Amino acid sequence: MPAGRKGRHRGSLMALLYLSPWLAGFTVFFAYPLIATVYFSFQRYDLFTLEPVGFLNYRYFWQDEAAWTSIRNTLWLVVVMVPLRVLFGLGVAQLVTKLKAGVGFFRTIFYLPSLVPLVAGTLGFVFLLNPGTGPVPTILSALGIPSPDWFGDPSWSKPGLTLLSLWSVGDLMVIFLAALLDVPKQLYEAAALDGAGPWQQFFHVTLPVIRPVLMFATVTGVIQTLQYFTQAMVAARVASGSTDSAGSVFTPGYPDQSTLTFPEWLFQEGFRDFAMGYACVLALILFAVSMVFTLFLLRQFRGLAEEEA
Amino acid sequence: MKSRLLLVAAAGLAVFVSAACTAGTENAPKVPAAGGTPDKRPVTITMWHGFSADNELKAFDDALAGFEQRYPWITVKTTKAVQDDQIIQAARGGNPPDVALSFTTDDVATFCKTGIFQDLKPYLAASGIDESIFPKVIAQYTQYEGKRCVMPMLADTYGLYYNTKLMNGAQPPKTLSELTALAKKLTVRDAQGDIKVAGFVPSSQMYENAPIHTGTMVGAKWTNPDGTSAIGSDPAWKQLMTWQKDLVDWFGYDKLEKFRKSLGDEWSADNPFMKGKVAMAVDGEWRNAMIASDAKDLDYGTAPLPVADDKPQLYGGGFIAGTVIGIPRGARNPEAAWDLVKYLTTDTDALVSLSNALRNVPSTLPALRSPKLEKDANFQTFLDIFANPSSSTLPAHINSVFNQQTLQEAQIKWESGRAPDLGAVLTEADKKIDDKLKLTSGD
Repeated sequence: MPAGRKGRHRGSLMALLYLSPWLAGFTVFFAYPLIATVYFSFQRYDLFTLEPVGFLNYRYFWQDEAAWTSIRNTLWLVVVMVPLRVLFGLGVAQLVTKLKAGVGFFRTIFYLPSLVPLVAGTLGFVFLLNPGTGPVPTILSALGIPSPDWFGDPSWSKPGLTLLSLWSVGDLMVIFLAALLDVPKQLYEAAALDGAGPWQQFFHVTLPVIRPVLMFATVTGVIQTLQYFTQAMVAARVASGSTDSAGSVFTPGYPDQSTLTFPEWLFQEGFRDFAMGYACVLALILFAVSMVFTLFLLRQFRGLAEEEA
Repeated sequence: MKSRLLLVAAAGLAVFVSAACTAGTENAPKVPAAGGTPDKRPVTITMWHGFSADNELKAFDDALAGFEQRYPWITVKTTKAVQDDQIIQAARGGNPPDVALSFTTDDVATFCKTGIFQDLKPYLAASGIDESIFPKVIAQYTQYEGKRCVMPMLADTYGLYYNTKLMNGAQPPKTLSELTALAKKLTVRDAQGDIKVAGFVPSSQMYENAPIHTGTMVGAKWTNPDGTSAIGSDPAWKQLMTWQKDLVDWFGYDKLEKFRKSLGDEWSADNPFMKGKVAMAVDGEWRNAMIASDAKDLDYGTAPLPVADDKPQLYGGGFIAGTVIGIPRGARNPEAAWDLVKYLTTDTDALVSLSNALRNVPSTLPALRSPKLEKDANFQTFLDIFANPSSSTLPAHINSVFNQQTLQEAQIKWESGRAPDLGAVLTEADKKIDDKLKLTSGD
């Protein structure tokens, strides 16, 4: 073997050696599960036994109304909840930057809800809004204002979850606050000298500077919302009044599947109904959709970065 | 070189895939030797169960003490508050307990079909146990497609509890129209029309009002012999749901929901029947023990559930289910495990002691007839329901949970008024159930 080829060969081996921890992780935690998921999607798999069924699981997906309902619900949350959270988080951060006194106090107050565990926060929220005993409907009722059955009426349940997500917007507020404080003051001064008002300063100075942070918040928000599970599951269970006891059947998505998200349905099919082959189909769809969303947003992000460069 | 690498990669992939395909399929069940001297070498077996309340744990520990006295070479190590999910995961992982107990019969078909629990027929045969000691209805929820993979350990039956004081001398209703009239008469509202005391809460979302329990009031059928849905074609479901909706409408769905959501936890001392917030309620026999513990002064009675006016022959029956117990596949000490299962499910004294402590119905005929079984009028009602030929259960079905969820969703949509066409709602439920059956079993 010529010396040049031998050297290249050794170099390749060394590269492989250095890459091996990542390759091992990639193989065990990504490639193998993905290949196994594809394989199981062509099987009737009840977690114990396997039976090849061709495209049965894929055909069932097209007629599975619950799956499509869960897709619509998840998209609703992506389209409504994510932008609202970004806007609300930005608004709160903007407010905090304008405070003359008590900045630390309000920053803490706004941030604290995001530290509350998801289950506890959701439980608290459902109880606060409970039409029978909740303080919010009780106070509103005393003032003569009717209150909806937030988590018991299908037309109000997703807005209810959105309200919950806005309450815990502290995580976004903190990064927006950092971004806002990072905007050079001289840009505002120059804009003011040119006669720009507060709105013009916001749209022509603040927004362009913090756009990468907005993009980051949107990308992570979309990915998180595509995996939205805990809050929907807990809110539905508590609102339905269903207990985990024999004879009591809890259906995720209560009421009328209005809070059923795609990951919830995937979990239900795989681990409650023992249709793991079909759950694998749902997992592959979630994977594909997440990839498309992420690639699209990353492309936008890259375009933005190049534009700024 | 390249082809060799490809070959190695393909082989590796094949190993991965085949490993995944066979996960959890090893550990074939061990059948005990028929006859012969039992192996009395000291052994410790593990048992998982779902009991968590102090009184339940004490009763169960007492029963296990009785077992260890009978079988001194076997020590039982228990883990409390375990649910089916954990049992399934442990069986999958190849590290299950020797004995596992489940509070629900919903997963029995899956347990049997997948082999999560071992078929106990060889054990029963080897021990010479006559299966006729179990009431016939129990066979429907402890076996599936010829495999008996769990045994019954105590049973639950459902009836009507009524608050004697609130009833004000009225007799418990025997028909749905009597229940309607009494529910209206006993309901108390405030000036705003909000419900203060409900005669009866007809909503399917109320605690034990799930269709699995109330279906027996009209003799409703869940499935056809081939496993497909009978919900849309059996007029009994329409009869039940029409009755429920009429009474829900009398209360007003929003008012009833507001009232329901203001009620205390079903399993606590704040249970609305125990607090006198509802005059009549569907509940299981265990409520007697809870009332004795947390609402000693409550003046109440029990009766079978009222039945459809045109089906008086159903009166006296009710829904039956129960706790089941078995040996997961992969259990390390199946013979000692079987000794424990056998003791807890067939020993008359053990069952009677458990029944007296937990106030569940004993699940064998000899235990039911035992003079040691403590009875009072309220508990006797449930023993009578258990023995009544009209009583029924939900036969083991591979999609039992899904079927119940589908019907419950349909009921909620219907009673809330969000789905105005009952026929269409039930037909849709049929389609969902039948499609799901094709997915999971191909039948």
